[in-house]
Amino acid sequence: MNESNFLPRWVSIGLIPFINLLLAFFVSGIVIFFIGENPLQAILVMIKGAFYYPGSIGYTLYYTTNFIFAGLAVALAFHAKLFNIGGEGQAYVGGLGVGLVCLALDQSINSFLVTILAVCGSAIFGAFWGVIPGYLQAKRGSHIVITTIMFNFIAASLMVYLLVNVIIEPGQMSPETRDFSEGVGLVQIHKLANYFGISIAVSPFNISFFIALIVSFGFWILVWRTKFGYEVRSLGHSETAAKYAGIDVSRTIVLVMAISGGLAGLVAINELLGVHNKLLLGFTAGYGFTGIAVALMGRNHPIGIFLSSLLFGALYQGGTELDFEFSSITREMVLLIQGLIILFSGALAYMMNPFVEKIYYNYFKEPKNA
Amino acid sequence: MTTIEINEGNDTSVSLPSFSGSSIELKKITKRFGHVIANEEVSLKVEAGTIHGIVGENGAGKSTLMNILFGLYKPDGGSIYLDGNIVDVTSPEKSISLGIGMVHQHFMLVPTFTVLENVMLGNEGSFSLKKGEKTILQRLQKLSSTYGLNVDFHSLILDLPVGMQQRVEILKALNRGAKILILDEPTGVLTPQETIGLFEILNSLKNKGVTIILITHKLKEIMNITEAVSVMRGGKVVANLKTNNTSPAELAEKMVGRKVLLSIEKKESKIGNKVLTVKNLNHLSKDGVDVLKNVSFSISEGEILGVAGVAGNGQSELLDILSGIEQLQRGEIEINQTRLLPGEKWDPKKVREMSIAHVPEDRQKRGLILPFYNYENSILGYQRKERYSSGFLLDKNKILNLFTETAEQFDVRPRNPNISSNKLSGGNQQKLVLAREIESQPKILLIGQPTRGVDIGAIERIYEDLLRLKDSGTAILLVSVELDEIMSLSDRIIVMNQGKIVGETMGSNATEIELGKMMSGLDRTN
Repeated sequence: MNESNFLPRWVSIGLIPFINLLLAFFVSGIVIFFIGENPLQAILVMIKGAFYYPGSIGYTLYYTTNFIFAGLAVALAFHAKLFNIGGEGQAYVGGLGVGLVCLALDQSINSFLVTILAVCGSAIFGAFWGVIPGYLQAKRGSHIVITTIMFNFIAASLMVYLLVNVIIEPGQMSPETRDFSEGVGLVQIHKLANYFGISIAVSPFNISFFIALIVSFGFWILVWRTKFGYEVRSLGHSETAAKYAGIDVSRTIVLVMAISGGLAGLVAINELLGVHNKLLLGFTAGYGFTGIAVALMGRNHPIGIFLSSLLFGALYQGGTELDFEFSSITREMVLLIQGLIILFSGALAYMMNPFVEKIYYNYFKEPKNA
Repeated sequence: MTTIEINEGNDTSVSLPSFSGSSIELKKITKRFGHVIANEEVSLKVEAGTIHGIVGENGAGKSTLMNILFGLYKPDGGSIYLDGNIVDVTSPEKSISLGIGMVHQHFMLVPTFTVLENVMLGNEGSFSLKKGEKTILQRLQKLSSTYGLNVDFHSLILDLPVGMQQRVEILKALNRGAKILILDEPTGVLTPQETIGLFEILNSLKNKGVTIILITHKLKEIMNITEAVSVMRGGKVVANLKTNNTSPAELAEKMVGRKVLLSIEKKESKIGNKVLTVKNLNHLSKDGVDVLKNVSFSISEGEILGVAGVAGNGQSELLDILSGIEQLQRGEIEINQTRLLPGEKWDPKKVREMSIAHVPEDRQKRGLILPFYNYENSILGYQRKERYSSGFLLDKNKILNLFTETAEQFDVRPRNPNISSNKLSGGNQQKLVLAREIESQPKILLIGQPTRGVDIGAIERIYEDLLRLKDSGTAILLVSVELDEIMSLSDRIIVMNQGKIVGETMGSNATEIELGKMMSGLDRTN
């Protein structure tokens, strides 16, 4: 019997993750201490960097947006017991979708329409990049972990080729397309606020964030309220039971990978339509991979994914500040803290359970006869 | 390690344990898991050199108690006395060194090792295996001749029938010097003949002084072989009885806490038209084994056809094909005048559309998705039915209402739709599956092992439900390894051995001996 079954919900999904997080920060603090800096000061800088300085919240939420999309992509596949490591590549190819739509249409049709088509383009191209490994898994039994990893490499090479040789802006060295025309793109919040006469600090925070929230809600409906979601979860828990229940296993796998790839593809709208306004090399910057940690920490639930995305967003932004403030701390420190968080709340998630359980029952509750 | 000396070197004389018999007494053993109390002040005494039965429904605390005795769990209170002396059983190693041996329900053997190697495992003697092999072989020969435990020490476990594998488990325990042998549901996988063989061995062990604790849910076995019996219910021992002074009815009543009908009343069957005909079914497994050979039979409305046989003789494959999980390879199936030939698309979805319901043999792996909530499991396989949905969405309220209704009707406990099904007892899980399948109002019901791991109270209920379904005109194909079950429910019985139907008899005049013979493939006159 899994002993964690005996703890009430608020302890197992609230208190214990919180303790794990504290432990991760505590160990990070020890490392910082040995580097020769004051851990408390470092934490203060990180918190200020993520939430306090002008524009910092905007940056945090901008990173959060990427993590939500990437996390949801991984989480959906997890629900079908598929380990989609290809979020990075799917996001990258999603960017190609955005780029092609914008480059092809932004001169000829309404820019609002172009933006909408570009959003769809990111999802469709991402979906396509997810479907191929999905199909290979479903019909040929090629392991999804292997194929999605390979597809990350293929995506990277493909994008280098296209950006260097095909869609590069003529007459320049940097592997980027030309800027999308004025008016195409997702508006940044500080500009929106300005429009209404409110002045807030400049940041790349844009309406993709709200799209991410809507998509999160859609994710919840899809997984827990639709027939398809029911079949996905059935398959994820037990393939034999899914077969017994008449669920078409291959079809479900292919569809799940399509949607998962599409979600990952949406990372591109935040980056390209929200910030860069062009397609450029390496814009995914590892967000797709971090999505795996986000999904794990968020327990594949949209609310959990939102919270862990926020945490990772804050770490990214706060970490930049940390790098800036302390000469002996580099940006890699953030990776270390991230690693520790993943270690304590992922790999060692149940480490504290027996301890908490003991305290809980010794001091708070008398065991009752079941 | 063991209490027995293994003589080293060239000395070929091997000492076997000399038994004066060991008695074991548990006093006020208590064990909690979180807020669940699995054992509450359990006290019982097993006399030296006797066979002591422990009966109780699933979840009554039998296994927990035995795991405490074997050192796998640490009790929260109470003490264990061995021959009158208090002992502290902290680990299985300690338990073995005290002379307690355990034969688990699921054997702990390495299939690709020989009998000898399995017995040696954890008891190798020295760095080089040669010496250990020699001594242990000698001891095994002595043990097997003393207790009638005949088995070929050099054959691989995977080549041995289950009955033989069980002997290896017993030998393993004895080799390590067990004076007290705990057997957990030892007859679940045996044919009647093998069971008789096992009981002979147990009796001869007893006569040589070994104390045996037998955990079982089969009351007939308790009556046949034990001297004393302890009944557990709800984590407590509710009765310690001398077997001579009790009856199956009394035991059943004590186990369940109320009167139980052990025999079921069958109404006259009203058998109608043939609804399912299977002709010359042949099936090759993935490993290329002929698992079904020319299987032909038919079932009619309002009839229960029992399929008897030792597990693994083609019954599971038969169910898999009929339920659409496996494709039809050769032969033909006719359902309500629709003929199905090999090569036609055949899957569980289509099967359900033809009004065939299936209660699978393994409800935990197939019939249910254990982490799902009860209400979610109540639609597994029917998730695309209109009555559960509105458009793309599942209609949660409708499902909840239907669950509440059927849970009430089929007595699924607890009734709570919002707890996950792995928190239900085996019996209630089965009732949940059965409720779902009967709720679909099938013309044909395929059901495998309806009462495996199900407690007596629930068995009674499941039988009633099946008979009611039959009386309403449904044809039922019942696959079970429990002969009593087959005999008391079926109108007709077919017996399978090595993929063939080796006999057919009417349910009313079948006897256990006759069926047992057919099951073991000895009798093919029918």
